[in-house]
Amino acid sequence: MPYLEFSNVGITGMAGAVPVNVIDNYKYTAFFPSEDVKEIIDKIGVKERRFADSYTCSSDLCFAAAKKLFADMNIEKNEIDLLIFVSQTPDYRMPATSVILQNRLGLSDNTMALDLSIGCSGFIYGLSVVYALMQQNSFRKALFLDGETRSKVYSPKDRKTAFLFGDGGVAALIEKKEKFGKSYFSLNSDGSRESLIKINAGGYRNPSSAETVIEKVVDEFGNIRSEEQGYMNGADVFNFVLREIPKDFKNLIEHSNTGLNQIDYFVFHQANTYINGYLMKKLKLDPAKVPSSIEKFGNTSSVSIPLTIISELKNMLDGKKKLLLSGFGVGMTWGTAVIDFDGCKISEIVEV
Amino acid sequence: MKEKFINSLKDTLEIQNREILPGDKFREYKEWDSLAQLSLIAMLDDEYGVAIENEKFMKLITVEDLMNEVISHSK
Repeated sequence: MPYLEFSNVGITGMAGAVPVNVIDNYKYTAFFPSEDVKEIIDKIGVKERRFADSYTCSSDLCFAAAKKLFADMNIEKNEIDLLIFVSQTPDYRMPATSVILQNRLGLSDNTMALDLSIGCSGFIYGLSVVYALMQQNSFRKALFLDGETRSKVYSPKDRKTAFLFGDGGVAALIEKKEKFGKSYFSLNSDGSRESLIKINAGGYRNPSSAETVIEKVVDEFGNIRSEEQGYMNGADVFNFVLREIPKDFKNLIEHSNTGLNQIDYFVFHQANTYINGYLMKKLKLDPAKVPSSIEKFGNTSSVSIPLTIISELKNMLDGKKKLLLSGFGVGMTWGTAVIDFDGCKISEIVEV
Repeated sequence: MKEKFINSLKDTLEIQNREILPGDKFREYKEWDSLAQLSLIAMLDDEYGVAIENEKFMKLITVEDLMNEVISHSK
């Protein structure tokens, strides 16, 4: 099994932005009776989440986070040579959103800008790409943006997904410094499970048409959505998580020769409280070392790992800390990383 | 083994004040929904080390179908 390994590169600053509009999930009862809603929310643990308005895109959340990061860290913009944007809710089908952000943020024309279309494992995949490119001698600093507006993806009339997802964006500054030790990544994909989480129409396989936007009843529970809205086979996603995540977790721990007790925090993709709680129990982890932000922000796909670091670990990362990150989802793709934090500056979350 | 399975299933689905029988169609229980299915998946993993893909799972109709599938794959 291949692993990636990097030295002397790390995250020196992070900032996050969320929409100002707070959804009180227990009161999100437009389409379902409140007792059903309560039962769902008690299990998935999403008490609040943030919804972007119809004018606000993932890129706008990342833009706000990046502005905060620049201000708090006194970043010299022309030192940024690389901009990576991870999202599956981009501004347009073309051009790439990262390129638009290069201009909006006032970065140099010499910036290499690249979009990566990855879901819930996207922060780990994206970080590995940034770390890999930062091995280039001429690259000084990288801006890594990760944003999602999943609230726009799913039907509010499909109870399997209606209460789960929220919006957010983060910006991270990545620099080369000798104080960062080795970092390790394991990255995986299984396209045979492409149908577990999917938006079937609106790409080029099934282009948008009058038919694809029609809402239909899709199952025996009376859930309603169109072909242009996402769906999720939650049962098989859970089966997949139980089979693959503990295995990948243990493999990377072993490969990186890291003792479990050397890891200060385990940051998992915030799938839902039930899945995450079971995973923590199965891996026998100390809950005090497993931060959770799902109660406040819901499942924000690729943003959930960095948003959890920003909201839950802001004052906990003094000195040198070792973090294990574990992300899994649509694709299916999944990844684990063991990375060092050393003096990372974490900004207050901005509301947009 | 069968008795243990039935007790575990009853606990998992939070069925109270009544017995469940091998011939019951478990999807007809008022406690059954997609959330109960997540609890069932966790129980099968935790107690039996078994995962049943949804396609196969949909063909299991009664408590006995489920029990036989689980026991035949149990580690």
